[in-house]
Amino acid sequence: MAELLPALRTPRGVVTALLLLLLAVLPLLTQAFDQRYLLSVGTRIVIWSIAAASLNMILGYGGLVSFGHAAFLGIGGYAVGILSAEGFASGWLQWPVAIAVAVAWGTLIGALSLRTRGVYFIMITLAFAQLVYYLSSGLAAYGGDDGLNISRSRFPGLIDLRDKASFYWLCFVLLCATLWFCSRLVHSRFGYVLRGAKSNELRMTALGFPVFRYRLVAFALAGGFGALAGILLANDGAYVSPAMMSWVKSGDLIVIVVLGGIGALFGPLYGAIAFFAVEEFLPPLLNLMHRGWGEYWQIVFGPLLVIIALYARGGLDSLLGRRHG
Amino acid sequence: MLRVRELTGFYGASQALFGMELSVDAGEVVTLMGRNGMGKTTTVHAIMGVLPSRRGVIEFDGHRLDQLPSFRIARLGLGLVPEGRQIFPNLSVRENLVAASANRGERPAPWTLDRVFGLFPRLAERQKNGGNQLSGGEQQMLAIGRALMTNPKLLVLDEATEGLAPLIREEIWSCLRQLKAEGQSILVIDKNVGALIGLADRHHIVEKGRVVWSGTSQALAGDSVLQHRYLGV
Repeated sequence: MAELLPALRTPRGVVTALLLLLLAVLPLLTQAFDQRYLLSVGTRIVIWSIAAASLNMILGYGGLVSFGHAAFLGIGGYAVGILSAEGFASGWLQWPVAIAVAVAWGTLIGALSLRTRGVYFIMITLAFAQLVYYLSSGLAAYGGDDGLNISRSRFPGLIDLRDKASFYWLCFVLLCATLWFCSRLVHSRFGYVLRGAKSNELRMTALGFPVFRYRLVAFALAGGFGALAGILLANDGAYVSPAMMSWVKSGDLIVIVVLGGIGALFGPLYGAIAFFAVEEFLPPLLNLMHRGWGEYWQIVFGPLLVIIALYARGGLDSLLGRRHG
Repeated sequence: MLRVRELTGFYGASQALFGMELSVDAGEVVTLMGRNGMGKTTTVHAIMGVLPSRRGVIEFDGHRLDQLPSFRIARLGLGLVPEGRQIFPNLSVRENLVAASANRGERPAPWTLDRVFGLFPRLAERQKNGGNQLSGGEQQMLAIGRALMTNPKLLVLDEATEGLAPLIREEIWSCLRQLKAEGQSILVIDKNVGALIGLADRHHIVEKGRVVWSGTSQALAGDSVLQHRYLGV
């Protein structure tokens, strides 16, 4: 914690601290102002921040553009959903199983995908994600295309996930834990190798590091954290469906990471806030200008992304000043 | 320690090495000299395992390198300071060094961050700077420091003084002299004949992918015709 204090003197540190503070007390605010809907938006922002942070581990620090990350969310969600449908309601069972399955899947497809580079990597990760997507659509016993209503994970005596505020705080704590883990990872030897290999894989190899293995571990870890986000999504809506792992969601995750700042620790949080803020508030704004325009909010959002990609290479994070490393 | 025999190497269909032969013994400083495009860097790439198509025998410390993947070769104790330095730009100076640190050969007095900073005090001052925020000379020091952090049995320097100001260049040479005095085996590729004659024990002159002359510093220093013919001095 001591090393975080000097960070508070920079604009980035101040903004991040205020943002975290705001998120920490969000349920109190939404209750005080009687804006329950905003709490549900906040919950989604926090969960998608976890998902984006997990993608940032491999995309941001490893330079690996995975276009199938939503599959991990789906695996996490469906593991909870299927176990719940089969009568295993305990979160103590559901959650570890969900994460373990995602890590195993990540190891398997990572071992295959990481042999490719560039566009091929993008395509192969997309292909594997589509495979999981269609698999879940085909699960007739578990709702198929329509998805599956589930009962929320039970942690008796600890927390009741049906309570919106408690659930929000749980998500928030898990987001903090995820970001803490990311920061530890990035500033470890493992992280140096991962980041160094992003800029020069051959050099890292010639220094004696089997880059493939490091990336595989990162890929599997990212899958585990992605599954965590999926578990939370499933519990948020008490519902899972193939839609949560469609390629569009994988694309959204990349957008969030890029928007927030590739390889910036808090980038996924900034990105998710911006993404959902636009998604929530742009349509009504456009509707104000002209009835019906709101439906086409993405016409505005698209060029906005292009502008960010062209002129703010470090995403929103770069607006907070130069970053080291 | 390092013995290369009948090494041939290709870039796609075109042959770059035609039976390269060279050797470095423990504690020696040996050079590879020659004009541009003669195969010096290619030889280094073949030794380090980053040239995919190579044939011939490369022995290092009792191991055959010619079949091993690049990272295994490095782990056996070959530390490369590559041409163009190739610092990791997105890591800080400190992170560049820590990332590489290893003592796989269980050397008794290994290179540490403090020792590298002792050798290059400039790096200590700039340890929080990004790799992309360094001058050319500082990058070169970092590249050498990074290779030393792997505690290599053999340090390989590819064009380590290229494009540096004379003063910085002299600093690099003096660092190499210091390493030699400590018993570090070094293979140097450079064009600076004057400095190399003072530093190295033996030399190999390379022309068109093979060694055309090898001998001691004394022999090279006394043969101005040779120097003129192959090194253009």
